[in-house]
Amino acid sequence: MNRGLYLSNLVVTGPTGLIVTRMDLRLEPGQTVALVGESGSGKSMTAKAMTGLLPRGVTATGTLQLDDIEVDLALGPQVLTDLRGKHISLLLQNPFTSLSPVHRCGEQITAALAPDLRRSKDEIRRRLDEVDLPERVARQYPFELSGGMRQRVALAASLASNPQILIGDEPTTALDVTTQREMLDLLERIQGERDMALLLITHDLGIARERADRILVMYAGRLVELGEGADVFAHAQHPYTAGLRDSDPPLKHRLVELPAIAGSVPRPSEVAVGCVFAPRCDRADHRCRTDTPELIGTTSQVACWKPITKADTPHLIQIATDVQAQNTGTDLVVVKAVSKRFSPSAPLALDNVDISIRLGEAVGIVGESGSGKTTLARCLIGLESFESGDISWMINAPMAQRAQIVFQDPTSALNPAMTIGASLAEALGVGQRDKSEVPALLQLVGLPAEYARRRPHGLSGGEQQRVAIARAIAPKPKLLICDEPVSSLDVSVQAQILNLMNSIIKELGIALLFITHDLAVVRQVVSRVYVMNNGRVVESGTMENVLLSPQHEYTRQLFSSVAGK
Amino acid sequence: MDTAHSHRRLTQLLSRGSLTRFIVVRLAATGLLLLVLSFVVFALLHLTPGDPARNLVGVRNVTPELLQSIRDKYHLNDPFMSQYLQWLGNVLHGDFGESIRNNTTVTTLLSDRVTLTLQLAGLSFVLTVLIAVPLGIAAAWRTGSVLDRSVSVASIVGIGAPTYAVGLLLLYIFGLWLDIFPVYGSGDGGFDRWWHLVLPAITLASGLAAMVFKLTRTAVVAELNQDYVAFAQSRGLSHRQIRSLVLRNAMIPVATSLGLVFAFLFGGTILVEVTFALQGIGSLLAGSVTFKDLPVVQAITLLTATVIALTALAVDVFYYAVDPRVRKRGSR
Repeated sequence: MNRGLYLSNLVVTGPTGLIVTRMDLRLEPGQTVALVGESGSGKSMTAKAMTGLLPRGVTATGTLQLDDIEVDLALGPQVLTDLRGKHISLLLQNPFTSLSPVHRCGEQITAALAPDLRRSKDEIRRRLDEVDLPERVARQYPFELSGGMRQRVALAASLASNPQILIGDEPTTALDVTTQREMLDLLERIQGERDMALLLITHDLGIARERADRILVMYAGRLVELGEGADVFAHAQHPYTAGLRDSDPPLKHRLVELPAIAGSVPRPSEVAVGCVFAPRCDRADHRCRTDTPELIGTTSQVACWKPITKADTPHLIQIATDVQAQNTGTDLVVVKAVSKRFSPSAPLALDNVDISIRLGEAVGIVGESGSGKTTLARCLIGLESFESGDISWMINAPMAQRAQIVFQDPTSALNPAMTIGASLAEALGVGQRDKSEVPALLQLVGLPAEYARRRPHGLSGGEQQRVAIARAIAPKPKLLICDEPVSSLDVSVQAQILNLMNSIIKELGIALLFITHDLAVVRQVVSRVYVMNNGRVVESGTMENVLLSPQHEYTRQLFSSVAGK
Repeated sequence: MDTAHSHRRLTQLLSRGSLTRFIVVRLAATGLLLLVLSFVVFALLHLTPGDPARNLVGVRNVTPELLQSIRDKYHLNDPFMSQYLQWLGNVLHGDFGESIRNNTTVTTLLSDRVTLTLQLAGLSFVLTVLIAVPLGIAAAWRTGSVLDRSVSVASIVGIGAPTYAVGLLLLYIFGLWLDIFPVYGSGDGGFDRWWHLVLPAITLASGLAAMVFKLTRTAVVAELNQDYVAFAQSRGLSHRQIRSLVLRNAMIPVATSLGLVFAFLFGGTILVEVTFALQGIGSLLAGSVTFKDLPVVQAITLLTATVIALTALAVDVFYYAVDPRVRKRGSR
């Protein structure tokens, strides 16, 4: 008998305090519920608590009801041992680490089957077939498969014991956009066929909007709003939900400025009294800071003292119309017919690539993993050599003042042993500038001057990326290269960084090369774009034209894969 | 069998990614390594200060006749390369020349001692593996438990205590006080030999087991923190199934450390051999270095290097068998 799952009054406590505060959740057969939130919202911990897989030192209380079984979570993780697999299964984010590298895929899929079925060829074929994989995969090892195929193997493995409830913890985040869509379609189909409940944990609002019957929004360990499907965002009542919606960059148009939420997500244990969102909320008043709001409402619920109603004037978004791609201008750098191969047997990483960047122009390179976009950036800056072709700089300046680069992960890009001031002073020195300019540099990226004395580890991801940008512009380069600069940041922080990049290139008049897989993000920054696939530039043109009338099949596929926009 | 067929068979055996090809390539590499090493070892004679002939005389009375006979015997008047090739040819036939100190051939001198050292190293290796690996796995599975903490403390003692001190302590307790094990010598062969080797082997194993315990524990802990373990749990796999997943993965780093341990053991028996008065190659090497018994030093150096290289080869083959990623990359 499949009646779904009801989780009530879940509280998760870690060594430093509360991680999830009083949370209720209902999952019905055949239904998809999306749990949306930024990092630190407690969404993954909720999933771990439901499967009894909390890390050591983290405990949960609450009740989990599944059919006729009622489980008191306070009794410890072992009470869930019998439910795992047969009733609830968890699909993890990273298909590259969630499978054992030294066991064959078939063996890993069938491990959860009854012993007499484990060696049955028919059963393996049937299981692989369900996730659209050919039979040969059974004999292959995970490292022989692409990310998308590995995630299908993981899906088949998590379905092996026929669970009623599948929890997907960011199951498509590590995949490329086109693969992402296939995976989501597959999940939807299987869910329908099996009449299974799906809890989709995601930071991607587009995916939630497009796939979920119900959406729950979490912030700093609390449910702040929930409701039916896309309505939650369309008629957001909680200022956080609205802020999240607005700071998620649109694909259709370019905004003058992205409406970012100031500040960053706090740890749940940092907020003692009042609404968790109050410190970042522009509607907050005295009561918001002293009393904790409870979820109220029927089909849609919101935990807010001053919810947004229809009477409120909607947040005005300004669509930029003045962003025209320059068709003329002086070239800064011209890349001509550049080709590169990493090893003689490998396919071309760059295949006859031609691009040009003009002085003061913002250019994007869009592509999926393996498209060669990062390799091209590394060639431009001299971190990588190339076999044939030519990169000519039209200015006479030392390398450090031609181009500088900002990487995806600011935590590993900054030296943890150096203070921020020292890092910036060093970078200023490269451009023959004095270290007395450090405060001005920090101000330019929106950080207080006293951050110069701090070290990177105490900063949030967004702040670290601001430092990385400051370090890159310190030697006064003519070109700023940003390789996926916002991919590791939360949506609300991502908007801040995009706004910052737009204002910096305008203020300093430097050119920008923006490399990303995210079309909506690049839309907000560049005027001209190159689309790369398998080492080749398959399409180029103004952002507007490429978006409105893509010429190449791959570009069309890329655009149609973007979820919920 | 016609040549075309045998040729095809050979091509098949040596095809990319096959185990035979892997082993053949690695053996060739090992052979090359040893060849280079043999050259260095041979050059020792000429790098030693003084006249090589006089060095080979040792402590005997130097007479012109003796020097001449040695020059003739060792072809010291030939060009260097031809001397080397001559020497290498002899070595390949098991002839390392004559010991300066003992007036016997190096080969006779070594044969018994090599057996003894191999037995000693083998026994301590087995002890190390049997004690350290299971304890490491158990401790990793229950980090912070009483077992984990007590073995971890014991292992610090094991690593810290000097070999000779442990040896003397064991000798005192089990040899003199309890009078269970012999205190001296290598025994009369057969079981008696092994009986004599128990205490020395335990002495050697105590430090190594501590190291292997730590490495095993670290390797298993690292694997337990991998996503695939959480994923296996979430799918409801049994404890036994998860353990087999983890151990198969953890085997790879553990094998590396075991390879190092064996290589170290073969060359590291000297202190124990001296403590327990065992006639192994360690004590022979010590004596030969003191007396500048060059042919013996050359032989032992080359022998030790061979054992180390073969151990490395064994570890590589083990990788090949266990890790499909290595198999795929194969031998380039």
